Amino acid sequence: MNEYRMLSTSGILGYGYAEESLRIGMSWNPHVIGCDGGSTDPGPYYLGSGKSFTSRLSVKRDLRLMLQAAVAAKIPCIIGTSGGSGGEPHLQDTAALVREIAREDGLSFPMALIHSEQDKASLIARVERGATRPLAKLPPLDRATIERAERIVGMMGPEPIARALDQGAQVILAGRSSDPAQWAAPAMRAGMPAAPSWYAGKMLECGAEPSVPKEPDNIFVWVRDDHIVCEPPNPIRRSTPLAVANFALHENSSPIHHTEPGGLLDTSECRFEAISDRSVKISGMTWLDAAEYTIKLEGVERAGYRTITICGTRDPVLIGQIDDYLSVHREKVAAKAASFGVPPSDYTMVVRTYGKDGVMAGWEPERTIRAHELGFIIEVVGKTQDIANAVLAMARTSMLHADFPGRLCREGNMAFPFSPSDIEMGPLFRFSIFHVVTPNDPFEMFPIEHEAV
Amino acid sequence: MARIRDIAQVCKSKNAGPFMVTIDVLFEDHDLYRQVKATGVLNAGLFARLYGVNEADVLFTPYDTAAAFKATLPRLVPAGDIGDTDVYGAQQHAPLLDVEVPVNLQPR
Repeated sequence: MNEYRMLSTSGILGYGYAEESLRIGMSWNPHVIGCDGGSTDPGPYYLGSGKSFTSRLSVKRDLRLMLQAAVAAKIPCIIGTSGGSGGEPHLQDTAALVREIAREDGLSFPMALIHSEQDKASLIARVERGATRPLAKLPPLDRATIERAERIVGMMGPEPIARALDQGAQVILAGRSSDPAQWAAPAMRAGMPAAPSWYAGKMLECGAEPSVPKEPDNIFVWVRDDHIVCEPPNPIRRSTPLAVANFALHENSSPIHHTEPGGLLDTSECRFEAISDRSVKISGMTWLDAAEYTIKLEGVERAGYRTITICGTRDPVLIGQIDDYLSVHREKVAAKAASFGVPPSDYTMVVRTYGKDGVMAGWEPERTIRAHELGFIIEVVGKTQDIANAVLAMARTSMLHADFPGRLCREGNMAFPFSPSDIEMGPLFRFSIFHVVTPNDPFEMFPIEHEAV
Repeated sequence: MARIRDIAQVCKSKNAGPFMVTIDVLFEDHDLYRQVKATGVLNAGLFARLYGVNEADVLFTPYDTAAAFKATLPRLVPAGDIGDTDVYGAQQHAPLLDVEVPVNLQPR
């Protein structure tokens, strides 16, 4: 084969796309369609809680159109990082949605679920064999960190996805997967070389991002022996060299070296050429097989329970002395919390000041406040939800009523926009595992389960 | 002299994983990119100063193909951890906008 065609429907399954884009894209005869289902970008909560950051209603809409199109065209439909984080609850929720759509629409197809949640005992055995190493300056992985984790996933490469296709699946729901892997898998399985197959994956992983105007929508990629071509089906969009260049830098630490489970995609010699006013040819990518196959692990642990409140001040006297006010406020809260039995070690309070440094915190170079109003989010993370609620309630009332020099607004210092004012946010998770593991082979950590839908 | 905000087409930040943030500056005009690159103003040391991190922790890469500069540095707080202000890392680019580069702008 000297050409392989792939259609990606959106940035993330559930972010939406134009139905007309899918109709046009399908008329270009893709060999496979799909969409990335997730990311770590929305933060650690979703992996920890087992919930998705996308809504069931919008995911169902995006999935329904894709399943109808794939069944009609008799081509595979592949979803990467199902349910947002690719853990077992995320995968099962997505599978339930697929079954529900199939039942409603009278569709039937062979489906594969590829599991990526890792059991703690097997990971501890891997640590003890010395098969793990840290990323991003984290400490080496140990038994205690694994035992504390709420949920841990491995990020699969293309091999389990290709195997599920070999075994006859038409709809594939992958757990956590490297973003380009769901595209590299079918392209390489069809005989295309690794370099353009992986690069195609990089261009497809966020839908229409390598086009302008930038908005969640479809993107279509033609993979050929030594290059790829990228074009958005929607006639209102255009892929341009600048749009492709912009996207080539997306979410990677290096623009030229992209580490994947089995090797390295080197884009240092790439060329971007406009071949029409709305399509771009990319060539010059190379692939280097890694000396050892590695799988990235992502895990989160519970760091406490959070409650927040939102308020603002319009008082210039207070704004002029806000730093002093907030440090006095912190002392008052500590004293009052101690008086009802909560020591400082049981909670952390953070006051975010919008209009000052709410966006950049310690990185904010602008030290002068020019705003006529300031917004605050007061946040308390406690050892328990009760502690967080209690300290936050005290922090809220202290913020409203505390005295300060020159105070004229003696009925209250803050405008609270909501009743109830205090918002219980539940458990707070933090990323605790960001390590790589060398598995025995690319498949053993990712069991494939087939079913007839 | 010209400010980055007046000569670049893209200046953006985003997470590169939960522990790093990556900042990109792109130029549509490859000649202008080459001029900016030749001044040497954009380098790891600049990002270290703007963000108060060690220069050794800044991965700085000019990418000629894309007429772009990329700098990746450790986040102040891991994404979503206590005290993080920007879970996606999407609003950490502003200090770069006012950096001045000694290039001569031709009227376009």
